[in-house]
Formats: sequence, C-alpha cells, structure tokens
Amino acid sequence: MRHILSVTVENEPGVLSRVAGLFSGRGFNIETLNVAPTLEEGVSRMTITTFGDEQIMEQIVKQLRKLITTIKVVDLTELKSIQREMCLVKVNAEGERRAEILRIVDIFRCKVVDVSVDELILEVTGDAGKIAALLQLLQRFGVKEITRAGMLAMKRSMQE
Amino acid sequence: MAQLTGAQILLESLLKEEVDTIFGYPGGAIIGIYHELPNYPFKHILFRHEQGAIHAADGYARASGAPGVCLVTSGPGATNIVTGIATAYMDSIPVVIFTGQVPTPLIGNDAFQEVDIVGITRSCTKHNYLVKDVRDLAKTIKQAFYLATSGRPGPVLVDLPKDVLSDSTEFRYPKSMHMRSYNPHTEPHVKQIKKVAELLSNAKTPVIYSGGGVISAKAHKELIELARTTQTPVTSTLMGLGAFPGNDPLWLGMLGMHGTYRANMAINSADLILAVGSRFDDRVTGKLSTFAPKATFVHIDIDPTSIQKNVNVEVPIVADCKKALHALNEEIGRLTDTPWKEKNQGWLDQIQAWASTQPLQYDNTGPEIKPQYVVECIYELTKGDAIISTEVGQNQMWAAQYYHYHKPNTFLTSGGLGTMGYGFPAAIGAQAAFPDKLAIDIAGDGSIQMNIQEMATAVSHNLPVKIVILNNGYLGMVRQWQELFFNKNYSWTCMDAQPDFVMLAEAYGAAGYRVTQTEQVLPTLTQAFAIDKPVIVDVRVSREENVYPMVPAGASLTEMLLI
Ligand SMILES: Cc1ncc(C[n+]2csc(CCOP(=O)(O)OP(=O)(O)O)c2C)c(N)n1
Ligand SMILES: [Mg+2]
Repeated sequence: MRHILSVTVENEPGVLSRVAGLFSGRGFNIETLNVAPTLEEGVSRMTITTFGDEQIMEQIVKQLRKLITTIKVVDLTELKSIQREMCLVKVNAEGERRAEILRIVDIFRCKVVDVSVDELILEVTGDAGKIAALLQLLQRFGVKEITRAGMLAMKRSMQE
Repeated sequence: MAQLTGAQILLESLLKEEVDTIFGYPGGAIIGIYHELPNYPFKHILFRHEQGAIHAADGYARASGAPGVCLVTSGPGATNIVTGIATAYMDSIPVVIFTGQVPTPLIGNDAFQEVDIVGITRSCTKHNYLVKDVRDLAKTIKQAFYLATSGRPGPVLVDLPKDVLSDSTEFRYPKSMHMRSYNPHTEPHVKQIKKVAELLSNAKTPVIYSGGGVISAKAHKELIELARTTQTPVTSTLMGLGAFPGNDPLWLGMLGMHGTYRANMAINSADLILAVGSRFDDRVTGKLSTFAPKATFVHIDIDPTSIQKNVNVEVPIVADCKKALHALNEEIGRLTDTPWKEKNQGWLDQIQAWASTQPLQYDNTGPEIKPQYVVECIYELTKGDAIISTEVGQNQMWAAQYYHYHKPNTFLTSGGLGTMGYGFPAAIGAQAAFPDKLAIDIAGDGSIQMNIQEMATAVSHNLPVKIVILNNGYLGMVRQWQELFFNKNYSWTCMDAQPDFVMLAEAYGAAGYRVTQTEQVLPTLTQAFAIDKPVIVDVRVSREENVYPMVPAGASLTEMLLI
C-alpha cells in the first residue's frame, strides 16, 4: 500500500542523503520526495511517498526516527489529510485542437502558463487521481513532456 | 577569554570527556593536533596501520565500557579505518573517531588526500559530522560523545578540516547536551512490565535470550537476579557472552548456528522467550519460520528498530535494559505466591537431560592437538579472569564454546561484521585499558596475518598481549563449509607459505613458542602467560577439525549437525 510520510528534519548539510541512503541501503523505495523549509527556523519538511506492507512501513518509520537529524515522522495515510501534487504539461496545440484543450483546462481548473504557435504548457495541481485523469485526456493531442513535483500533504484540522 | 586553536579545543574537549588514551596515526592534515599532543596528559598509542588503531579503540571500549577514541589523518588514513568503524557499528560499540580533512576551501576539489569520509561512513556510523567552523567544534565534540555513549551506542565520526584546526576561538565546552531530534526512550512501560512478570509466572518452559545490549547497558546484575529468582534458564548470543556466569546451573550456553544442543532445544520447546538486548539475528534464529515455534515473545531493547524487525513480538518494551530488568525484578518481587522453583523444576530437568545426552564434546583420543582442548587449557589457567578477544572463524566459535565467561566485558569479538584481524588490535586496546590484566587473543592462522604488524605496537608500548594461534593451516571455517556443503572442494582455503610465527614474534622483539604435542599445551601456555611481554604461541592443531554443533545456514535450530 502507498503511504505518505511527513518527516521534519534538522536542516543540516547531508540530511537528504541520510534519508535517501536509508531507503536505498535497506531496499525500500521512494516514489516521490519533496523537501522544503518550514515556518520554524532550521527545520525542513520532507514529504515522502513510498510503498510497503505493514511490517515494512513500521521499519521505514522507525528507521527514519532513528536518524539523528529526524525530529518527527508522521504517517499521514492513517489520518485525514489534504494531498496535492503539481504537474507541468507541454502539449501539442495546433489549429482547432487548441480550443478543445482550453475547454479541458477550464474544467480541470488548470492554468496555461506558456503559449507558442503549436504548443501550450499547462500547470495543474490536485491529487494524483486528477493529474492522471488530465494526462489521459490530453494524450490524444500529444503530450510532449511532463515534469511533476513530489506530493505535498497536510493533516486536516478536524480528525475523527 | 583566551583564544584556542581548533587543535587545542579538540584536546581540551577530550580532557573534559575524561579520555585517557588515544589510538592514532598521524598525517599531514592532523600535524597540528600532533603538535599539541605532547602538552597534554593523554596516553597516545601509535599503531602500524590505522585499522589497528580503530579496532584497538573498539577493544578498549568493549573492555572498559568507556568510549574509545581514534585519531587518523585524511584520505587513506580515513579510508583505512572504515572496516573498523563498520565493525563497531554492527556491534553497537561507543567509539569517537576524529579524521583530518583538507582545508574547507579545497573540499570538493579532489585535493591531495581528500576523501568524502562523511559520505563513505554515513551508513556505518551512528552519526557523523563535518565541522566547517571552529566555533562549532566544541559543541560538535560534545554531541559526538553524547551520541556514541547514549541510547544504542555506536561509532560517531567527526571530520576536521585543516583550517578549522588552525583557526582560533574561545573555548566553551557545553556542560550537558540536549538535542530535539534525539531522545532515546529509556523508561520501561509499567503495564508492559507487569505483563511480562505475569507471563513469566505462568510460563512452563521459559527461556531468557540475552544479547550484547545487556552488556552495553551494564545490566548483568539485574539479569542474574531475574534468572535466579524466577529460575529461568539463560542463553545468549555471541555478543552477550559474559553477562551471565558461564558456570551457573541456569546457563544454557550460546544459542544459534554454533550454539549448544541444550540451548537450541530449549528455544525450540520454549513457551516464553524473553529477549533482552538481542536482535534475532539470522545466525541466532536459523530458519525464522521455525524459530521457537511455541513461544510467546517478549522483547526488551533500547532500539525500536530492533523490535518487530524479524519476529512478531507480543510484548515489546523499548527501554534501557538495565531499567527494564530492574523494574521487572521489582514486579517479580511482588509475586510472592509463585513457587518458581517447583514450577520450573521439570523444565530444568529436561534441560539437564539434553545437556547430558549431547554436551559440547570433541574427540581427544588421537595424537593431534585439538583446538577445543587448547581453549579449555586457556580457561583452566585463567579461570575466566582474563580478557579474551578472538579473530574470526573456527577459532572464534571454539573460544565462545569452550571458554566460560563469568563477567561482562571480558569477551571481545566481532559478532555482527565478522572481521578477521579484529582480535589482536582489540586485545591491545583492552590491555591499554587494563595494564594488569591478562589479555589473550585466541586467533586463527589466517586472521592473525591481517593485522600482525601491530606486534610492533604491542612491543613498543609494553602491552603484553598474548596471542594463541589455533594453527590449522587453513581458513578453517570456510574450509569447514567447503567440506560440508561444497563437496570438499578446498578452493583457496589452504594457506601455504605461512611465516614462522615464532621467529616472527622474536623479530618484533616479542616472545614466540611453538606447540606440537598435546602434553606441551598446558605447560607452554603457563609459561607464556607468565611472561611480561607480548607473546605468540603457535599451536599446531588438528587440521580438519570442525565446529559442532552446527545448524546449516537457513536450517531450523533443531537440525543441528552433531559430532
Ligand atoms: C576480513 C574478512 N575476510 C574474509 C572473511 C571470511 N572468512 C570468515 S572465517 C575465514 C577463515 C578464517 O581463517 P583463520 O583465521 O585461520 O581461522 P580458522 O577458521 O581456521 O580458525 C574467512 C576467510 C572474514 N570473515 N573477514
Ligand atoms: Mg586457520
């Protein structure tokens, strides 16, 4: 099963390789990874999505906690959370196709962030499902390139 | 306030940490430290290879319980200690390592003798640091000692660029250390402890399975009390030997691949296994799915990652072993109604029956010297009072089986990594910690050649370590596997062209003896142990002797090959 881990770490040199090395050295996989500063000075948050059964996830969480630079690890999969991914899509947009693409842009509430004679670059944010759906719809126009950010996630204020 | 250089700050910090001995080897990047060293009261031991220095720091730590300190230069000095760092890491030994580094402006430029030792050792240290500013130095050293010695201990490395060592600042050593990202959980959960006491009082066939964690937590007294009050038999891992007296009637011997018949049979019949400071390593469990098939598991360990890693545990207790066992003993004290002795008598009788049908044994009737007999003689002469280190292979297993350890910190062996060449420098480190004790390396003829150069170190520092080589002329343990599982195809395990170990010892200024007759073993060892200098005793033992019992890799503990 896919898990979303929110990991706060001391923002020190080498902290990313400690986390990455832990995953590679123990044969765990990182699917997506996002690292950025938090409001607190010197603290960064890593949002990691990974796969594993219960036992593997328990090991991953414990091993992450064991790293000296780790402050806190939360498995957001067990909580109610908001999840967002972002994707930039370069798509063929010649002639009358363009209008159709723009209609899709509208429905998906994405943004056109770059225009040329024959291409558009779209920016889409949403959960993984929404991005997959958009990419599928755009396929027939010819998706030339995509670049995706790792997942961001935040625990909802109201938990059951 | 006076300004001190980084080199001075390092040495002042070591004074604050009450370090008495430094195991080291100089080089360009750390000349500055060596320049200051004569102004300080440390005993510095100069090795002949950095690997010797790091194993000695580790041996010092294992024997004394205090952190070992190792100092080496950048580049090759640093890479030469990686095996020793990994050895200490696998066995959770507190060692603090200082490596020289090229000046900060040159880092990343492939400068002369530059290696990214922090990158190289990231996965085999508990933590490591590159100090980039002399103002961070004292705090970093404090953290390094704090991390190495607290929680689950381990090696911590501090990389010191040359300019950081020559820059100056005020010296302020932190009195205490708190890190928001590091808070080992040491207090046992009361309810869990109650549960364990109850399980013990209801168990019919309980076994305590103790490991190296009991020694690092200095919890041997609590372990002995628990076992004796509840009349629970104790087995231990290789790393745990010495925490429980090897001559106690409740002692089962070591378990696992070369464990005793009674220990492995007891595990197989146990209805309750109380694991303390051990980690269900594959050399211990054999085939996991058949390990202790009837048992409920209780697991006490300071490291949460050790719990639920290999076996499913009913009662996990993340805590310091000493605190947990202390709490458990108190709880047991309240269970005054449990007739421990009567309750467990049948179980102890059963164990006694296993012990008498299949004791540890070897055939000593032939003309050849049996290696097991040599180890028995060493025990006979020292009565468990010596500090014993081992190399790796058959020598290590015989040292574990036929010597009886009665006190913690008296058995130094590379358990997790299995590092050949560990034993001799480790014995030097132990001897440095306890100059008046007998420090003996039970060695193999292959392993001893991996760090034999430290004979010069032992001689020049008057560290009268005794090396007893169980010389079978083979990389014996590998040969044993080739014999048993690879059709006797002895591919490259016969070491011909051995040096003359007696002459070699003498060439270094030490004493050397050769023993070729069984009757000579005891008298020669007696003589060798009485000499106040390093000694090599080259004992020519039966060449194709095997270590038994043996559980083939991946087999169940009950599938022991016996003599
Ligand atoms: C550094 C290192 N290299 C290789 C091995 C693999 N190995 C394990 S035991 C052994 C044989 C050791 O021979 P010796 O020291 O003569 O001991 P014996 O088994 O004969 O007692 C070898 C090669 C090892 N453990 N460590
Ligand atoms: Mg040998």
